[in-house]
Amino acid sequence: MDTALFDAAWLLVAIPLAGAAVLLLAGRRADGWGHWVGVLASAASLVLGLALLVSLLGRDAADRVVDVDLFRWIDAGPLVVDAGLRVDPLSLTFVLLVTFVGTLIHVYSVAYMEHDADRRRFFAYLNLFVAAMLTLVLADSYLLLFVGWEGVGLASYLLIGFWNHVPANASAANKAFVVNRVADVGMIVALMLMFATFGAVDFDTVHAGAAASTDTALLTALGLVLLVAACGKSAQFPLQSWLGDAMAGPTPVSALIHAATMVTAGVYLVVRSGPIFTEAPVALLVTAIVGAVTLLFGAVVGCAKDDVKKALAASTMSQIGYMMLAAGLGPIGYAFAIFHLLTHGFFKAGMFLGAGSVMHGMKDDVDMRRYGALSTAMRVTWLTFGAGWLAILGIPPFSGFWSKDKIIESAFAADGGHGWQPWVFGTVALVGAGITAFYMSRLFFMTFHGERRWATELTAGDREAGVPERHPHESPLLMTAPMVVLAVGSLGLGGALAIGGGFATWLEPVTGHVEHHDPVLPIPVIMVATIVLVLVGAFLAWRQYAAAPVPVVAPRGSVLTRAARADLHQDAVNENLVMRPGQYLTRSLVYGDKKVVDGGAMGVGGLLAVLGAGVQRLQNGYVRSYAAMMLAGFGVLLVVVLTVWN
Amino acid sequence: MASGAEAVLFWCLAPLMVIAALGLVLARKAVHATLCVVFVMVCLAVLYVAQEAPFLGIVQVVVYTGAVMMLFLFVIMLVGVDASDSLVETIRGQRLVGWLLGLGLGAVLVGVLGRVAFPEGVGLEVANEVTNPVGLARILLSDFVFALEIVGILLVTAAIAALTLTHKQRLTARVGQKEMADARVAGGGSLTPLPAPGVYAQRNAMDVPALDAQGRPLESSVSRVLRVRGQERSAPVDPQIRRLDDPGPAGPAVDPPARTTEEES
Amino acid sequence: MDLSNYLVLASVLFTIGAATVLLRRNAIIVFMGIELMLNASNLAFVTFARMHGDLTGQVVAFFVMVVAAAEVVVGLAIIVSIFRTRGSASVDDANLLKS
Repeated sequence: MDTALFDAAWLLVAIPLAGAAVLLLAGRRADGWGHWVGVLASAASLVLGLALLVSLLGRDAADRVVDVDLFRWIDAGPLVVDAGLRVDPLSLTFVLLVTFVGTLIHVYSVAYMEHDADRRRFFAYLNLFVAAMLTLVLADSYLLLFVGWEGVGLASYLLIGFWNHVPANASAANKAFVVNRVADVGMIVALMLMFATFGAVDFDTVHAGAAASTDTALLTALGLVLLVAACGKSAQFPLQSWLGDAMAGPTPVSALIHAATMVTAGVYLVVRSGPIFTEAPVALLVTAIVGAVTLLFGAVVGCAKDDVKKALAASTMSQIGYMMLAAGLGPIGYAFAIFHLLTHGFFKAGMFLGAGSVMHGMKDDVDMRRYGALSTAMRVTWLTFGAGWLAILGIPPFSGFWSKDKIIESAFAADGGHGWQPWVFGTVALVGAGITAFYMSRLFFMTFHGERRWATELTAGDREAGVPERHPHESPLLMTAPMVVLAVGSLGLGGALAIGGGFATWLEPVTGHVEHHDPVLPIPVIMVATIVLVLVGAFLAWRQYAAAPVPVVAPRGSVLTRAARADLHQDAVNENLVMRPGQYLTRSLVYGDKKVVDGGAMGVGGLLAVLGAGVQRLQNGYVRSYAAMMLAGFGVLLVVVLTVWN
Repeated sequence: MASGAEAVLFWCLAPLMVIAALGLVLARKAVHATLCVVFVMVCLAVLYVAQEAPFLGIVQVVVYTGAVMMLFLFVIMLVGVDASDSLVETIRGQRLVGWLLGLGLGAVLVGVLGRVAFPEGVGLEVANEVTNPVGLARILLSDFVFALEIVGILLVTAAIAALTLTHKQRLTARVGQKEMADARVAGGGSLTPLPAPGVYAQRNAMDVPALDAQGRPLESSVSRVLRVRGQERSAPVDPQIRRLDDPGPAGPAVDPPARTTEEES
Repeated sequence: MDLSNYLVLASVLFTIGAATVLLRRNAIIVFMGIELMLNASNLAFVTFARMHGDLTGQVVAFFVMVVAAAEVVVGLAIIVSIFRTRGSASVDDANLLKS
């Protein structure tokens, strides 16, 4: 029974994939019921995942890594790859996160996308995404992981550009796609390195080889290319520019893919590759630095965004920065990274769904400056969003507190609690928490509190001030129910998993058991400092955005504000550092190709044509000329043959 | 090996043959060239006989001289009379190239022969023991019998090919005697036969035009072929015959003979 | 007398035949040049047969004659038909081999 269940693990992937296939191939005749197929496919995977969880919990901790061989995939000389699934606590955590949040968002989307003509296609893509994401986390080799990796990239591209009749959306999808390709190069190079070094790409061989290897430089290189891949997928500095634009997709997509699941794939990759990173301290340090930089970067950007979805996207970036930072701290941080990933998946998805609900009631307006005082109009949304808000702030006992606090503590214990690292990373994490509190509170207060900056019936003065006409209303049950479930998760999940260190123990078969070092500061001090900073941040936000009136049109702001609004000029930097030189390079290559390569080829052709024109004059059509040439040739042959023979 | 008589024969014939062969290159008229080649062929037949190949010698006379060259003559009679065969070269440099290549080839061949040491001739006494034709037949009908059959097929094919190639497809209605007479009347030409040549001339010859009642030569009385080939001769005029339109004794006693035909130009 | 004299004569005749092909424009005379070349080679064959005491050379010469006869028949037929259609037997008039 037990083994049979694990043998059926491939159904986790197959069911959503079949759902996607049915929805895509059935055509318009599935328009009426297709979305329920999508929901069912996702829910079926969830049920199977829960069954696996129960089964796995029934085993001893030592037996909790189950490899399911599927078939011989590639047999090309020295490269032999078996397609197989690895069901272990880490992958199962992801499976449950993806299927649970995914199913909720499927349900939410049924209502959210109700009036969209292409709802069936939307659900097909969602199912495709779920299948690809499950492939990614269940794979037992880097190559199969890469298949899922590309699959989620494809689904993400399709969903960001779902409303591709708007050119901006299509170009946002392209941007995400291109940036992710940069990361994929890292992944491909990593695969090549693995094959060249260890002769295999499955987790077991590679990790065993990495543990046995003494070539630190190679492992560092491997870790860095894996980090590049992770940075692209997880929108980490310097490959984060696509995430803000990715909000062009429908809000459920932003909630599922660009907040809860896909963007965490990079963290998963780093944690999964833990044995490699453990042997490569430099790569680990770079990972932590990248996480720290992104953490602050996202937080600063989040403070300035007026677009509710982009502010949430910046927050996502920042929170994944926390996870990266935790993962970069080495084995002590792996469990906390995944833990934060899990809680973040819940509260961020909840907040995105809340934002979607607000947009639903506000004619799809995303500008927070035209929100305000929505708490009365949308009570359920307000409460569920509030739960997410408190969770991300890290207010006990909300789930964010349990996970984020652990990361901050770990940051203060970086590098075994010696040297500069604990101070720098700890301070960054601490300050990040404060900024997070500020911008999330800003978002919350601007949306739900303060004065209303809209009107049900417009007066002349309102029109002049740019106040829009809105009729906010609570969303239907299909939308609010998932929000409520996620809010409950935001409230209780962290505590439920953290108390007694249950989650870290659960992950131990993957991350390994590590002795925790003591932070450079006492734990209570860190905890109090965090809460104080968070409260200060929230108070500042309340004073500026709830107690004081918020202008409907954004003021010009300081240099920092303007830079943050422009994503700290990341796009400009990309353009000037990468795109322009690339264009010049391409242009010069094209020029060189035309002049040198083509010139050479055409020159040879032209030379032959000239020669041909010369020879053509011999072809005058007179038989006697031909006979003369024949005779001359015969004479030459005769002479040559006789000379050689003699 | 070779007897003194054979040497004499060779040294008599060889220069003549070379000269005749050069006639092929240089002769202006195709008929002359053909006759030169006929001469070469006959001499070759003689040389074959001298070289203990009497059968080939006879075949040479029968096939080449008798059949092939006569066929050439027929064709020349058929088409060559009109054919312009001027020696003026039309392809630039072809004449120089031709001479150079010819001389070069000759030099190479003769040079090669001069450098090779040939074995002393064996002679064909043994091979021709019965007779030469019997010896040939033994080889021809044993070793080469298959080739012989193929050559026979080739000859049949060639004959059919010649028939096919020269066969004229009738595209218009057949022109009979009646049609030709009708065309002649309709064309307004002379209805009677053309005058015979030389009838009123001093001597009766095919190449002298007849004179009409006024003493003028009649162009149409000479064969067209002779005219084209420029072999027509002018009609000498009898001073006794005075032209009817002559003004009288006051004038010069004798008109200069009217040059009616273009002399060979 | 040395038998190689016959070979020299054959070479000279062959060369003259080749020169005829190059120099004359009348297709019939060109054709006769070719015949002359064939006959020159026949003379060489006959001489070699005598030189080696082997009649095979004469047999080959015989075959050359037969093939030449067939060739003459077809060649002259071609000349006649060209003359009929083009009104000329000059090889230079038939220069359609040019592209």
